[in-house]
Amino acid sequence: MSYPHITAFARNMRRTIVEISYSCGTSTHIGGALSMTDVMSVLYGHVLRFQADNPRWDGRDRFILSKGHGVLGYFPALLHAGIIDAATFATFQQNGSHLIAHPVMNLDLGIESSNGSLGHGISMAVGVALAAKKQQKSHRTYALLGDGETNEGSVWEAAMLASHLQLDNLTAIIDYNKMQNDGAGADILHVPNMAERFAAFGWQVHEVDGHDIDALVAAFDAPCSGKPKAIVAHTIKGKGIAFMENDNSWHHNRLTASSYEQALQALAAAEHAADAGAHHGN
Amino acid sequence: MEINAKNVRQWSRLGSRGFFGQVILEIAPEHANLLVMSADLGSSSGLERFRKTYPDQFVNAGIAEQNMVGVAAGLAKEGFNVFVTSFAPFISMRAAEQVRMNLGYMHLNVKAVSIGSGIAMGFLGNSHFGLEDMAVMRAIPGLTVVSPADCAEVLKVVEAAARFDGPMYIRLTGAANTPIVYEDDYPFELGKGQVLREGEHVSIVACGSMVYHSLRAAELLAEQGIHATVVNMHTIKPLDSALLDQLLQRGAPLVTVEEHTVIGGLGSAVAEYLAPKRQKVPQLAIGLPDAYIDTGDYNYMLEQQGLTAAPLAAKIAEFIRRSD
Repeated sequence: MSYPHITAFARNMRRTIVEISYSCGTSTHIGGALSMTDVMSVLYGHVLRFQADNPRWDGRDRFILSKGHGVLGYFPALLHAGIIDAATFATFQQNGSHLIAHPVMNLDLGIESSNGSLGHGISMAVGVALAAKKQQKSHRTYALLGDGETNEGSVWEAAMLASHLQLDNLTAIIDYNKMQNDGAGADILHVPNMAERFAAFGWQVHEVDGHDIDALVAAFDAPCSGKPKAIVAHTIKGKGIAFMENDNSWHHNRLTASSYEQALQALAAAEHAADAGAHHGN
Repeated sequence: MEINAKNVRQWSRLGSRGFFGQVILEIAPEHANLLVMSADLGSSSGLERFRKTYPDQFVNAGIAEQNMVGVAAGLAKEGFNVFVTSFAPFISMRAAEQVRMNLGYMHLNVKAVSIGSGIAMGFLGNSHFGLEDMAVMRAIPGLTVVSPADCAEVLKVVEAAARFDGPMYIRLTGAANTPIVYEDDYPFELGKGQVLREGEHVSIVACGSMVYHSLRAAELLAEQGIHATVVNMHTIKPLDSALLDQLLQRGAPLVTVEEHTVIGGLGSAVAEYLAPKRQKVPQLAIGLPDAYIDTGDYNYMLEQQGLTAAPLAAKIAEFIRRSD
């Protein structure tokens, strides 16, 4: 583990995801949150430039959650990055809260855009990146997409324009967990060769294990010139909680008291196994 | 750009489509944060000179209206005032949900300009007509919806839009050789309809291309002793409710005229406002039918649809007889 603080960030996020998912008392998009957690930990623990006490700081990097249903992998990142306070975070899915099941633009909470309808965030990210070019500002723009989201044609409209405009200040991350609402992507609208697709659209592509912190850091840190960057992150839906992994019933589901306890135990077991593995590896 | 008889005749020859490009070219130096986007219809939208003169302020998104609106939103979020342009159905319906999410939900400073709305596209047919665009755009919370009456008003609207901080749908109607409503400069204010003619027997409330035809219809009605008030309701949303209240107080029957289906446009907006009022006046909504239009050239279609002076006057006179 070369980046213990990122690993710790990810562990904190997963614990928070389980806790808020249970305490909010409703079904949540927990599976897809857990698949994106390591990517988000690398982003908020290493990559993104921001000022936690000044979320509107103009020099901040912009992050847009194009897979808007992934808020459970987003708000906990903002919490552990110190941008959202614990009291605000605890209002998740309570009546009248700013924090609901899809992002609602709120720059004071570090939320750059409203999402929820798929295939929109990447277009906005292209606009934000283009604006930075025109204004000669040095911040980068990041958009996280689901692989199911790439069913939307507008994603590929945006992909075409981004490379045409040579937006090398834009990074799209594809949370490639190979599942979507109705089941396995392969059974619904198969999108194999995600990396080749983005490469064919003129992007610089990094294909990585989306749970390998070192590999993610290397992909984010890799130089990129003249092209937008796509990080195709192979992930596991429900990652970190053994009984949720690759079980699409956890796409949008509710934790009971017993499944909550099981989830905490599964997280602890996974952490223990990872620590043991790392220890033996050393 | 001065509004005078000589200039408006020149502008009218271009029509609202070509003239829009001229206006945006003219005002660009005053607005450093202004950007114009097109979905591969720049030359068809009168934007060729703009693109050549201000290449850094023009973005061609390719034939991808949905993405164009999303990109415009990203640019607007970072401080640009973005005019996105396309033909009416493509900007208002192909990209409707992008307009809803970005201009509506996020209230970003994007002006969606619909070129050649109504039936101005002539032989290009219903695929290119803006029959229902106002209905769709008007239903989206937070949008201002404006339709200028002639080229002089295109100038007024685009100037106002460039200063306005918020999302807007600008509906350009009429073909080349746009009939002239305004020959002299006049006060224009978003959200404030303008009374162009006073008469006690009927109130005609029109927008876009139909303002001119309503004025001509009012002249024909006057020959029959029917005196009409004619209002240019250039802003369909927010509607000038104070002006409608005044018309209601006068008590004369009310007619709305629009180059748009009678479902969901100006007539609907006026009816929605007046329906709960205790005081009643009969209302007739004139517009395009709830149908696709048999295609021909623009003037042929206007005549076929009864949207020129003589058939308008006849319909209105008949309505007044029935209302008595």
